[in-house]
Amino acid sequence: MSTRLATGGRLTDRDIQVKFTFNGKHFRGFAGDTLASALLANDQMVMGRSFKYHRPRGPVASGAEEPNALVNLGKGVHHEPNQRATTTELFDGLAATSQNHWPSLEFDIGAINSQLSRFLPAGFYYKMFIHPRPLWKHVYEPFIRQSAGLGRAPHAETRDPDTYEHFYAFTDVLVVGGGVAGLQAAKAAALSGAKVLLIEQTAHWGGRAPVDGGEIDGMTPEAWVDQTLAELAAMDNVHLRTRCMGAGVYDHGYVLGYERLTDHAPAKDTPRHRLWRIRAKQVITATGAIERPLSFAGNDIPGVMLASAIRDYVVNYGVSLGDRTVVVTNNDDAYRTALLLKSVGLDVPAIIDARPEGGGDLMQEAIAQGIRVEKGRAIGKVKGSKRVTGVTLCSQAGEGGLLDEIACDAVAMSGGWSPVVHLWSHCGGKLTWDDEQAFFRPDLDKAPISHDGAPFVTCAGAANGHIHLSHTLQDADTAGQSAAQAAGFKPKKSQAPQATAQDEAPLVPIWLMPQGAGYGLRSKAWLDYQNDVKVSDVQLAAQEGFESVEHAKRYTTLGMATDQGKLSNINGLATLSHALGEDIPQVGTTTFRPPYTPISMGAIAGEARGEVFQPIRQTPMHDWHAENGAYWEPVGHWRRPYCFQQSGESVEQAVHREVMATRDSLGLLDASTLGKIIVKGPDAGRFLDMLYTNMMSTLKPGKCRYGLMSTENGFLTDDGVVARIDEDTWLCHTTTGGADRIHAHMEEWLQTEWWDWKVWTVNVTEQYAQIAVVGPNARKLLEKLGGMDVSADALPFMGWADGELGGFPCRVYRISFSGELSYEIAVPASLGRAFWDRLREDGAEWNATPYGTEALHIMRAEKGFIMIGDETDGTVIPQDLGLDWAISKKKDDYLGKRAQERSHMTDPDRWKLVGLETLDGSVLPDGAYAIASGKNANGQRNTQGRVTSTYHSPTLNKGIAMGLVLHGPDRMGEVIEFNTTAGGTVKAKIVSPIFYDPDGEKQNV
Amino acid sequence: MLTLQCPYCGVMAEETELHAGGEAHLTRYGPGSEDQDFESYLFKRENPKGVHFERWRHVNGCGKWFHAARCTVTLEVFGTYPAQTTEPPQDIKDTITAKRPGWSLRNLT
Ligand SMILES: [Zn+2]
Repeated sequence: MSTRLATGGRLTDRDIQVKFTFNGKHFRGFAGDTLASALLANDQMVMGRSFKYHRPRGPVASGAEEPNALVNLGKGVHHEPNQRATTTELFDGLAATSQNHWPSLEFDIGAINSQLSRFLPAGFYYKMFIHPRPLWKHVYEPFIRQSAGLGRAPHAETRDPDTYEHFYAFTDVLVVGGGVAGLQAAKAAALSGAKVLLIEQTAHWGGRAPVDGGEIDGMTPEAWVDQTLAELAAMDNVHLRTRCMGAGVYDHGYVLGYERLTDHAPAKDTPRHRLWRIRAKQVITATGAIERPLSFAGNDIPGVMLASAIRDYVVNYGVSLGDRTVVVTNNDDAYRTALLLKSVGLDVPAIIDARPEGGGDLMQEAIAQGIRVEKGRAIGKVKGSKRVTGVTLCSQAGEGGLLDEIACDAVAMSGGWSPVVHLWSHCGGKLTWDDEQAFFRPDLDKAPISHDGAPFVTCAGAANGHIHLSHTLQDADTAGQSAAQAAGFKPKKSQAPQATAQDEAPLVPIWLMPQGAGYGLRSKAWLDYQNDVKVSDVQLAAQEGFESVEHAKRYTTLGMATDQGKLSNINGLATLSHALGEDIPQVGTTTFRPPYTPISMGAIAGEARGEVFQPIRQTPMHDWHAENGAYWEPVGHWRRPYCFQQSGESVEQAVHREVMATRDSLGLLDASTLGKIIVKGPDAGRFLDMLYTNMMSTLKPGKCRYGLMSTENGFLTDDGVVARIDEDTWLCHTTTGGADRIHAHMEEWLQTEWWDWKVWTVNVTEQYAQIAVVGPNARKLLEKLGGMDVSADALPFMGWADGELGGFPCRVYRISFSGELSYEIAVPASLGRAFWDRLREDGAEWNATPYGTEALHIMRAEKGFIMIGDETDGTVIPQDLGLDWAISKKKDDYLGKRAQERSHMTDPDRWKLVGLETLDGSVLPDGAYAIASGKNANGQRNTQGRVTSTYHSPTLNKGIAMGLVLHGPDRMGEVIEFNTTAGGTVKAKIVSPIFYDPDGEKQNV
Repeated sequence: MLTLQCPYCGVMAEETELHAGGEAHLTRYGPGSEDQDFESYLFKRENPKGVHFERWRHVNGCGKWFHAARCTVTLEVFGTYPAQTTEPPQDIKDTITAKRPGWSLRNLT
C-alpha cells in the first residue's frame, strides 16, 4: 500500500495537519503536501479514470507532466475541472472529486470500453462515424458530445467570483525555471548588472537537485540552493517569483507568465491568478527535463510510476508508493530510486535493467546493497488491475517468454529523460536529435530571432541537454553570462560552481519492452495515458499510411490531451519512426504550442470583464436617459435610447407615441453620438472632393450639404451632413458608429497618399452635445428660449448659424432626418445636460417628447432616407440607392469613382432601391427575399430582391419597407412576393420609397 | 507579438499599439486607368516568404502611418521609415541587401 513514512518530507510540516475531502470522503494531510502526495499517504491510489477506456488510474508523475491524476476542484461557483493533483497544493478545506466515471470511481460502467478495446482502435471515430451522413445530427453527435471531455464544464450561467489581473514587466534577462540551473543562470546574468526576472512554476526553489543528490561547491544541493537564493534576493536588480510558470514565448521577446497567487490559500484577498506580460531582451529557459515512461504491457496500472517521481514522493513528502518496488530502467538514474527506497527501509525485489551490460557505479552500489539486478531483462507484463500485484520477467531481446514472476506493489520505471524544450520551440527554436542520450535538445544555432535579427532565447542546464549535475551548472553559468552580454551588459568573469555526482553509464534507447512483444502485449503498452493511445494504435496508424507525425498525432489523438504529450511525445514518435522504418530525426516532432500547461481563462481575461470588458461611451445626457425609462440599444461603443418607456407602456407603444408626438408637435433627440470631424486647411476642399462622391469645395460658408463616402472599391461606407464653417474649414458629420473609422480613413489618405496636401483633421465628436429639436413647433420652442434669429429667412433649410439660445452658446444646423421642421443644435458637451433640461422644460407647453433611435429610424424610413448598415451592407453602391444626384459628374476623381465604372457596377440588372407596401398592410420580415420563378444552379429558388428596412409606420398606420429589387424603379405598382419567416409568402407592391410628404413641404417652412 | 519602432515618436511600440495596413508602396490607379492596373492596385498583394514592406499605423500612440521593412520568416525588422515616400529609403535597402543578398520584391531590389 502507499503510505506516509515514519520520517522525511522536506517540503511538508508534520506539525500542521490539513483536512480535505476526495469524493466526499474526509482525509488528512500535512502542510506542504500536494493533493497527490496527501492522497497517496492515505492509500488513495486511484485518482481518476482514463478518457477512452475508463481505466482506473493513479498518478504516474509528481509534477506538471502528470497525465492521469486530474480532478474536479472546488464546489459551486469555484468548481474547476481537470486540475492536476500533482501540482495542487493542499489547503484546509480543499474539496476534490474524481472525473470521467459513472456511477463511481471504484465501479465504472464505461470501463466496458476497455473490454471492447479491440473494436476501438486508432481512428475509430473517423471510421465509425463517417457513414451514413444522416445519422450525424441525432445519433453520432450527441453520443460523441456525451463521451467527450474528462471533467465537468462549469454551468454556462456560472460567474467566476474570483478576480484576475495582468502585469506588465520589462526586463533585460528573463530566466524561466528556478532549479539549480535557473538559479545559477540568473546569478551569472545578474552579476553583470542586468535586470533579471526569475520565475519558477512550483512553490519551491531548487528543482530536482535536492531530491537527486550530489554535491555543489562542497555543499548539499539544498544548502547551495538556499545560499544562492539568498544572494539573489540581496541583489536589487533581481526579481524572484514562485508559483509563476513561463506559459509561452512569443515574437520579439514577449513571454507570458502565469502566476497562481491564491490557489494554495483561497482565503487570501488578492487576485487569484496573474498573467505576466513580459518583454525580455533575452530569455533563458532553465526548464529542466522530464523522465520518460517505458512501454511495457500494463504500464498504466496504478502503482506504476516514473522512478524519479517515486523519489520525489519519498524525499519531498515522506510518502512511499508501495512496500515492494520493482525498478525497471534503461539507464543509471533509476538506480537512485532503488538505493533511496532501500535507505528508508523499503524492499526492492529487483532492478530490471534492459541493458545487456547493465549500468555503472550506481549499479555496483545497488549490488553491494544486496539488490537483485537483472541485466538484459524486461517486464513482460504488469499484473493487477486497480493495483500492481507483480510483474513477469522476460528477456528484453525476446518476445516475452516468462522467466520469473516477481511479486511487488509498485513499479518504478525510467526510459531516460527528455529536456523540456517547449518554451525554446514556441517561437521557432529548432531541435536536434542527440543520439547518445536519445532525446531532442535545442539546436542553439537555430534559435528564435528577435526584431534585430539576433537570437533572444537560450537554454540552460537539463533543458539544454546537460542532464548530469556537473554539466548542468557549468552550462547554466555560460547561459547566464551570454544572455547578459546579448542584452548589452558586460558579464563578470566568475567560476561556475563545481558539482559532483556519480558518473553514469550510457543509456540504451528502449522503445518497446520486450523488443519482440506481440500484439497482446503491445495493445496493453500505453504511450498516452490520458487519451488511451497505445503502442499498437500508433503502429496501426503507420500501417494505414499516416506517415507524418502531425497526421498520426491527430489520427490516434496521441499527445492531444490536457498534458499535451509531455510524457508520450518521444515514445510515440519513436514508435512511429520504428513502424515506418525511419530514424527519429527524419520523422521529427509535433509542434510545441503555448501554453506549457493549461492556464485559466480568468487569467487571460484579467480585469477585462463586466463593465470593464468594453467601457460604454455615454453622452452628456446619458444619466437623464437612464433615469427616464431608456430602453437601451448598443450603437458602436455607445448606448443610445431605443425609446423611452413610460409606466405601463410596451416598447412598441413607446415608439408609436414618440413618432406621433414629434410629427404632431415637438420631439427632442439626443444626437450627440453623431460623428463630428473638423477638416481644415488650404487644401481641405480639394481633399473633401476626393473623399465624398459629391462636390464639397463649392459649398458656401453658412451652408450644409448631405454627402456620401465610398470606399476605393466603390461601395457606400458612410454618409452625413457637411457644413462649411469658413473659407478653409468644414465640419463633417458621420454616422454614430463611423466617427472613428472615418477619421482614421481621412488620416490614412492624408498621410499615405496626399501627404503634400495641407489639411488638418480633428475628431471633435465628444466635444459637443447635439440635440435635434424636431416637429411643427420646433421654431416656437427656440423663439421662446430667445437669442439668435431662427426664422426661415435668417436660417433657411440646409443653413447653419452660430449664436445663443436661452443663454447657451450654440451652433444651429437647419437639417432634417425626419422630414419635419428641424434644428440640430450643438452646444459644448459640458452644457449638454443643462440645455437638454431647458429644452424639455420650456417645450412642455408643446408636449416636447424625447424620442429614441427607433422613432428616428421610422421617421427617416417614412421619408425614404437611407441608413448606413440597413440599406448598405458593403456590397451596395450609391447608384443602387438612387443617389445619383449626390454623385458629382464634374469631378475627375473621388474615392470609389474608378471602381464604380467597372462593368459589374454599371450592370443595369443590379438591384435598386424602391419602397414596398404589403397589400394587407402587414410588416414585411426584415431581410426577406423577393422570390422569382425557377431555380438557380444550386437548386435554390431564384430571387429578385430583398428587404433592407421595414417598419410599422405609426404616421400612416401600415407596414412600410424599403428594399433592393431587380429593375425596381421601372416596376412601380407591380406586386411581388416575399418569403415570410412562418414559411409562407406575402404580397407587396413596389412604390416610391418616399412615403411621407414627398414634396418636402414640412421640413422647408 | 511584434515590436516596431515608430519613426515619428521614436517609441518601440508593442503590436497592440499598432494597426497593420498591408503592403506598402502601392501605386494608386484612378479614373481612366486600365482594368488590369486597377485590379492590381485594388486587389493584388504580394505575400512573400522573406523581405516585405508593410504599412503600419501607430494608432494607440502618435497616430502616424509609417512603413516597416521586415522578414516574414524570421520576423527580423530591417528598419522603419515614414510613410511619405513612394519607395524605401536607400539606407533601408542597403541594410536588407547586407542581410539578405539578392533580395527582390516586385520592382524593388
Ligand atoms: Zn509614434
